[in-house]
Amino acid sequence: MIEDKTAGGRLFTVVNITLLLLFALLCILPFMHVIAGSFTTSAELAEKAFVIFPTEWSIDAYKYIFSTDTIFRALLVSIFVTAGGTLWSMLLSVLTGYGMSRKDLPGRRVIMFFIVFTLLFNGGMIPTFLVVQQTGLLNSLLALVIPVSINAFNMIILKTFFQNLPASLEESARIDGCNDFGILFRIVIPCSMPAIATISLFYAVTYWNTYMHAILYLEDASKWPVQVLLRQIVVLASGMNYDGSTYMDVPPPEQSVKMAVIVVATIPVLLVYPFLQKHFAKGALLGSVKG
Amino acid sequence: MQSQTETKAGKVLSKNEKWELIKKRIKKNKLIYLMILPGLLYFFVYKYIPMYGLIISFQDYKPYQGIMGSQWVGLEHFKRLFADPDFWMIFKNTLVLFGLQLIIFFPVPIILSLMLNEVRSMPLKRSVQTLIYIPHFMSWVIIVSITYVLLTMDGGIVNGLLQQAGFQEVNFLLNPDWFRPMYILQVIWREAGWGTIIFLAAIAAVDAQLYEAAKIDGAGRFRQMWHITLPAIKGVIVILLILKIGDVLELGFEHVYLLLNSSNREVAEIFDTYVYTAGLKQGQFSYSTAVGFFKGLVGLVLVVIANWLAKKAGEEGVY
Repeated sequence: MIEDKTAGGRLFTVVNITLLLLFALLCILPFMHVIAGSFTTSAELAEKAFVIFPTEWSIDAYKYIFSTDTIFRALLVSIFVTAGGTLWSMLLSVLTGYGMSRKDLPGRRVIMFFIVFTLLFNGGMIPTFLVVQQTGLLNSLLALVIPVSINAFNMIILKTFFQNLPASLEESARIDGCNDFGILFRIVIPCSMPAIATISLFYAVTYWNTYMHAILYLEDASKWPVQVLLRQIVVLASGMNYDGSTYMDVPPPEQSVKMAVIVVATIPVLLVYPFLQKHFAKGALLGSVKG
Repeated sequence: MQSQTETKAGKVLSKNEKWELIKKRIKKNKLIYLMILPGLLYFFVYKYIPMYGLIISFQDYKPYQGIMGSQWVGLEHFKRLFADPDFWMIFKNTLVLFGLQLIIFFPVPIILSLMLNEVRSMPLKRSVQTLIYIPHFMSWVIIVSITYVLLTMDGGIVNGLLQQAGFQEVNFLLNPDWFRPMYILQVIWREAGWGTIIFLAAIAAVDAQLYEAAKIDGAGRFRQMWHITLPAIKGVIVILLILKIGDVLELGFEHVYLLLNSSNREVAEIFDTYVYTAGLKQGQFSYSTAVGFFKGLVGLVLVVIANWLAKKAGEEGVY
């Protein structure tokens, strides 16, 4: 494209870039303020005199939140659910996605409609709750995973990707005597690593961020994932004494403590983000291919 | 599909032979059926059984009696729903939030991607993209919690700055007037950047020659945007609009539930939060299922209508 070198064109460029940078800054400023706030004293925060750079640094807030095992337990739950859930969801999504990518499968269109229809209509919260209850998952960490085993959108992205692999790959494997499982695990999956990485990341972020299912299905506070604990500490301001043992005599958590808990819940995603951004964006596009 | 009925020689097969052929293909694919079995089982148990469970909205469901043993009450719960003043409050709140999403949020990613498209420096463009995608990966709990610590009157920076500038402190979190602006700003914060991806991809597919030609004809950048870029992404905009309209009642249980409190209930209560409170907190299983059923049906009808309209307008539908 030819660069627009008129005065108007230059003004446009300057205004355009300024507005975009402003929007980008507004997007991340709140995170930066919270991260900075978690590393300073409450006295400093009470002065409300800084946005990103406090004059006094301190890790007291972190010492405080890590002084009991409450947050460790919540982190452990979240890590466990994220790792296990992602593996489980990927296994089911890849198997189903690959099956549905086989154009010669009798009944394929009917089965696909069976799956897509769940995107348009569902039983809703209460009937789903009753099924979760009847399948014995209530108050078990499995309730955070099993009822959301497959995200139909993610499965369709995988299916589309598998469909676009060259058919000759599979044929040569079949001639070499591979059965369908052999083809999937030895040929198709190794050739689809970009899509598999992307979808795994989508699942992992979803599991890490899980909140609704935890408040729906878990009664026992010791099974709370980190998001629920965060909510409890920041907004309900009830302290961390849900099990009656810790922080009993402590007033509602101070601002810097709340910020530290936010950071702990945010950091894992924020840390992996720069490395994976490319994949995320690609995944979003893969999904849009089929509308 | 045509090829099934004809052999290579072009001879039309009898019904019996056709059936034999299908049986052979099913047999050939038995491992594939085995592969998709766990997935289909999942959809059946956790998606279709709950659909069957919707029949409790016509019953007086008692957990210990189960679906089989509970009494049928016909449309009782639906009648109660429409007579309930809360219903119209929820209905209005849902419509208002949806209107905000459609009118205020929906154009933002489009405008952002048009702006990003005009940035010639690739590193700059990428940096902006990197930053504006970040909030999408944060849970609603994190988004709402950050909002909370920023806006609280109990040491939040925003009220601190307001005070320093000589203004009155504002109780953003409890004042019902602030709920809607807060809701839509959070939606923009979390989703606007991420929403640009699909539009940017559509823009990237536009033939560069069109711009060259327009430039020779003397079109400025705004006119190029209006006459080339926007028409080129019209299809994508329409599809996303359909998806959005189908989602009219899916305003995000988590998001709204996290913002909801006793003082903003009159503007913040929506179908999902109402179902949660009435159903799981108060144990009115049948009534809240009826509320959810009504919501789901309206949603389904809206997607079908929107899709039909799009096809009529000459665009590709969603399905």
